[in-house]
Amino acid sequence: MSYQVNEKGYYGEFGGAYIPEMLYPNVEELRSRYLDIMKEESFQKEFKELLKEYVGRPTPLYYAKRFSEKYRTKVYLKREDLCHTGAHKVNNTIGQILMAQKLGKKRIIAETGAGQHGVATATVCALMGMECIVYMGEIDIERQAPNVARMKMLGARVVPAKSGSKTLKDATNEAIRDWINNPVDTHYIIGSVVGPHPYPDMVARFQAVISEEIKNQLTEKEGKEDPDFIVACVGGGSNAAGAYYHYLDNPEVGIIAVEAAGKGIDSGESAATSALGKAGIIHGSKTLLMQTGDGQITEPYSISAGLDYPGVGPMHANLFTSGRGEFISVTDEDAMKAGLELAKLEGIIPAIETSHALAIFETRKFKEDDIVVVNLSGRGDKDLNTYIEYFNL
Amino acid sequence: MNRINKKLQEDHKLLSIYFTAGYPDFEDTVKIIVDLEKSGVDFIEIGLPFSDPLADGPTIQESSTKALKNGMTTSKLFQQLKGIRDKVEIPLIIMGYFNPMLQYGVEKFCQECQEIGIDGLIIPDLPVDVYHEEYKELFEKYGLRNIFLITPQTSEERIKYIDSVSDGFIYMVSSASVTGSTSGFGEETKSYFKRISDLQLKNPQIVGFGIKDKETFNQATQYAKGAIIGSAFIKHLNEHGSSKIASFVENVKALT
Repeated sequence: MSYQVNEKGYYGEFGGAYIPEMLYPNVEELRSRYLDIMKEESFQKEFKELLKEYVGRPTPLYYAKRFSEKYRTKVYLKREDLCHTGAHKVNNTIGQILMAQKLGKKRIIAETGAGQHGVATATVCALMGMECIVYMGEIDIERQAPNVARMKMLGARVVPAKSGSKTLKDATNEAIRDWINNPVDTHYIIGSVVGPHPYPDMVARFQAVISEEIKNQLTEKEGKEDPDFIVACVGGGSNAAGAYYHYLDNPEVGIIAVEAAGKGIDSGESAATSALGKAGIIHGSKTLLMQTGDGQITEPYSISAGLDYPGVGPMHANLFTSGRGEFISVTDEDAMKAGLELAKLEGIIPAIETSHALAIFETRKFKEDDIVVVNLSGRGDKDLNTYIEYFNL
Repeated sequence: MNRINKKLQEDHKLLSIYFTAGYPDFEDTVKIIVDLEKSGVDFIEIGLPFSDPLADGPTIQESSTKALKNGMTTSKLFQQLKGIRDKVEIPLIIMGYFNPMLQYGVEKFCQECQEIGIDGLIIPDLPVDVYHEEYKELFEKYGLRNIFLITPQTSEERIKYIDSVSDGFIYMVSSASVTGSTSGFGEETKSYFKRISDLQLKNPQIVGFGIKDKETFNQATQYAKGAIIGSAFIKHLNEHGSSKIASFVENVKALT
């Protein structure tokens, strides 16, 4: 059994394309062409060149000596925080903007929660000179002012999503509505491994550069390409999908997914979808999602905006239900402490999303000779205000 | 014979009205249905509210949000509709997104629909191929017609496929848009209506999205069997409550 997507767009029972007919031509055009386009030599050449020259890849695989000593195991950090714009998100937006060009699209739309994907999209649109519209929940616009300003500097138009709960899921709804209203010239750059097939697979393939590099770098450093464990935080799950990608079907490599427990799994303020979600449909995909017994999608909570999504990508839903992945949830408090600890031990201030992945070492013990790779998905600059308020810095 | 198929045989243009169950007030559902039938409407689409209605514009989304706040759920809607067939004969269609139906249990949902006397379903985010492979038999077992959408971008091949899977009518979306967002029909839209009409499909077409008054109703039905009004009726309910339904319908239906 493979944990990759099958030819019908499913991971086990999850995935598919549950979309209104109005979206069918757009999604079908993408579905029928994305693999061929990605295989084209010219596409690959441009993608790789931009990742190298513009994003700054390969990102280092750094042996975290002091962190490893503290937790008595061998921890490597995959430094996605060193990517241009500060996180792994740009790997996907570079891939998708090239895809949009190959499809002859003129106009780019995107959704964003904290603004990281919005900034990564606005960045590549500026790079390519394309029109960019980013949908962002009205509430998120208020609490993420610096990222709104960054997007504006980059030439994007930021449109407030005023419907529903005015956060990420509503921004996604608004972006989908825009796509329905503009079915010919527009490409929708989804920011995670969510949405209708082929998005989860396409985004995972663009992010797969992460695990491709880990393989090469680990071979250099340890003489073998497989770690014992690979750890990543999961909101929608794009950094995790990229970090796991080339290890999915290798049972020797343990996969650990870390979700945001918020104020605690049972607190009513959480985003731990695997623990709290049930199978259903969100944004065109059958997956695990947080919902009421009546099937209404509920609003999640996490201190980290990037993990604050009521669903999870279908790949991860399948990793959870099949038992292939080990799912751990981490509270706001433990994540914040772990972020501060990494800063003090290694001189790296991680994004709060990433801090969740680092927090598991307090409770999840590894053997001394285990090689554990943590995907350091983003840097903490964007979270300074939250860190300052939380620790009274 | 299913009430939808029977109604489609009538020799005049048909008016379908959509409303969101539980809006404006939780208890309005039955009253709105009864008044709509009395006013001479031909079909009623009962909207099952959903938190994230992707294919709908702001008017219907706001009505859904309000209905959910009012406490509407799938099982409460079914409770309200028990006994509706003692009151009305009009074809009743439930329109809703797939997730609430999945959580209710698709078979249990269909069974309840049959017991109440629901004639058909419109589920915008249940694609025709998934329906065909997984749910068609189930829907048919409970006598439910599933209504599919087509748009100006739907290919002729796909329209023919949808026609072959359908039994009832085809919901012809007037333009590339979410609900409630257009103002009048241009030449391009009219030629799309005619193009579809010329395909001579086995299922008649009913036009939806962008119909709000007599003028747009007449334009839409020039080449189609009927038309659906949703957002404009919700706006009417918002302004006038559920008390002046007849006047809204008369304004549209004053055909002669």
